[in-house]
Amino acid sequence: MPVVEVNHVVKSYVDKLAVDDLSFSVVQGEIFGLIGPNGAGKTTTIRMMMDIIKPDSGDVTILGEKLSEASKNKLGYLPEERGLYRKMSVIDSIIYLASLKGMGRYSAERRADELLNQTNMLPHKGKKIEELSKGMGQIIQFIITIIHDPTLVILDEPFAGLDPVNTELLKAMFVDLRNQGKAVILSTHQMNQVEELCDRILMINDGRAVLYGNLTEIKSKFRSHSVILGFEGELGQVPGVIEKRPNKGYVELILDRNTTHKQLLERLVSTGIAINRFEVATPSLNEIFLEVVGKNHE
Amino acid sequence: MNKTFLIFKHEFLHTIKRTGFIILTIALPVLALLGIGVFHIVSGVIKPPTEVTEIGYVDEAGGFEEFTHQGNMTLIRFDTREAATRALIKKDINEYFVIPPDYVSVGIINRYTMRKEVMPPSATATAIKNFLSSNLLAGEVPATTVVRIEAPLSLVTTTLTATGNIAPEQGGLGNLVVPGVFGILLALSLIFSSTYVLQGLGEEKENRLMEILLSSVSTRQLITGKVLGIGFAGLVQVIVWVVSIPFLLNLASSSIGGFISTIQIPANFLVLGVTYFILGYLLFAVLSAGIAATSATVREGQGLASIFTLFAIAPFWFFSLLMTFPNSPIWVVFSIFPFSAPVLVMLRFGMTGVPAWQLAASIAVLILSIVGGLLLAAKLLRTYILMYGKRPKLVEIIQNLRRG
Repeated sequence: MPVVEVNHVVKSYVDKLAVDDLSFSVVQGEIFGLIGPNGAGKTTTIRMMMDIIKPDSGDVTILGEKLSEASKNKLGYLPEERGLYRKMSVIDSIIYLASLKGMGRYSAERRADELLNQTNMLPHKGKKIEELSKGMGQIIQFIITIIHDPTLVILDEPFAGLDPVNTELLKAMFVDLRNQGKAVILSTHQMNQVEELCDRILMINDGRAVLYGNLTEIKSKFRSHSVILGFEGELGQVPGVIEKRPNKGYVELILDRNTTHKQLLERLVSTGIAINRFEVATPSLNEIFLEVVGKNHE
Repeated sequence: MNKTFLIFKHEFLHTIKRTGFIILTIALPVLALLGIGVFHIVSGVIKPPTEVTEIGYVDEAGGFEEFTHQGNMTLIRFDTREAATRALIKKDINEYFVIPPDYVSVGIINRYTMRKEVMPPSATATAIKNFLSSNLLAGEVPATTVVRIEAPLSLVTTTLTATGNIAPEQGGLGNLVVPGVFGILLALSLIFSSTYVLQGLGEEKENRLMEILLSSVSTRQLITGKVLGIGFAGLVQVIVWVVSIPFLLNLASSSIGGFISTIQIPANFLVLGVTYFILGYLLFAVLSAGIAATSATVREGQGLASIFTLFAIAPFWFFSLLMTFPNSPIWVVFSIFPFSAPVLVMLRFGMTGVPAWQLAASIAVLILSIVGGLLLAAKLLRTYILMYGKRPKLVEIIQNLRRG
């Protein structure tokens, strides 16, 4: 059973259609990337999933039912816009917000200690939120997001403002969550993070789905007709190559439509050059993002 | 545990720990106890003046020779103004006055002193007046009549009921003090409590905590818990006051006496005080919630909310008019107008009887306004609580409310 199922959801504001007939599902044990340019409708989609705003039409089910008070307790949400009670202590903030997720005081305090320890934040337990750095505040918010052992974790731009050490720490924790069988939705602009962490993605633009599915399959669909070649010697004219793009340490060869990667390798070997790298060029997610979003804007 | 109750508990505890709340709550009992203590210290240290004041006078009209002892003042006759001036400069006398030859026809008395004054001290003026009238009437009327002319009346008013019996509440300043002081505190409490709602929601919106809260609870649970939690803290504050008032009054009455002992707590005052606090608070709180939803910052929201809270304190601006004409139709209208009703009714309650129909109308309009305000605030919250940045224009708000 999918953890999240979004069916033909539409949401419009006074002057804008924010989400237009969007459908997707998220299953247990995966990190699902929700990506798209600014204003694409990602946050609106997340808010509809959280039942913070209602869709004009379509429906959203979480754990097989419409979001209820009980199912809200199985859900952890780290919003893009973050904040906490500035005058409250770290531990009081965690316990209060955990209690709103149905946790008892004792279990919340015990689990908070574990997570604070895991994130090296235990020495700051008694400090007021306003005494923490921005990065530390984000770690506390992440702890609040997962303290109640949610089945579904939604993370909206979780790496924004984090230093590399804390970024790696959070990434490891996301992978842990996936390995525990949780469904993790990761909404971010940082394509390298999506590429590194996500199993499947949904790319939305202008409120509509433009790419949806397994990340490896999507990338293979966008595989360009070119080869990365590292070599020693003189590379003359090679039949089937219409353009050479020299780079530091390698050259990218653009093939014509009739030449396969195998045929090219055979022709290169026959030229007698020493080949130390031969790689079918795969576009990065960032390039795919730019291509898809760019096409949509044309 | 019920999530509304969790929010209620959090807001209640958070509010009663605020420094401003603690100061306002204990200010009345502490200040009253301090006042009583200071009275005892001062009355123990300072004794009423027993020294005789010597006032000179020059009788140019003639016939003013007797009755030269008026209380602790002694009047000393001088033959000439120069002699009186010399005595004044030498400080043999405190001051002097001249009774000119045409005094009986024109009534002018010239007074000379070396002190700069706003107006003549009333004790001195009374002593001179009684000296003059006693001498003028000596031999003309009996001495008892002279005393009565000098103090012609001591007005004792008794209020009767419709059946002709003596009313249990006799009005007067003594009856006004408790509702008056309570009215001031009620206005402050209403303003503070509704400001806490505005600040709480505004801060949660401003620091983006709102989204985290709404991922755990519904808008309804959030607003209900917050409004009731802060309101209950305000109610505790009001109860501390209404419980401490009779105690402090007894203490002050028995130890100070005088005017204090005439202070009364009108019947039904406690019930009405608590009722008007609850209704007034709910009205201001739901409006504050709506304002917080549509404001970009807490400061902006407070500016807008102050327009409504002005009505709560407006009755004090017209206090003297209110005392003079407590039953004027304009006060009746403002006793029913929901924003001014809580404080105005409490003030009028101490000045005059507020008819039952006015109380009923005022409470009914307050309840209707709270229900209307709640519906409006809930719509505004759902629409605007997660919109950050610029405050929406009034036209946009109306458009969005129409769209539902």
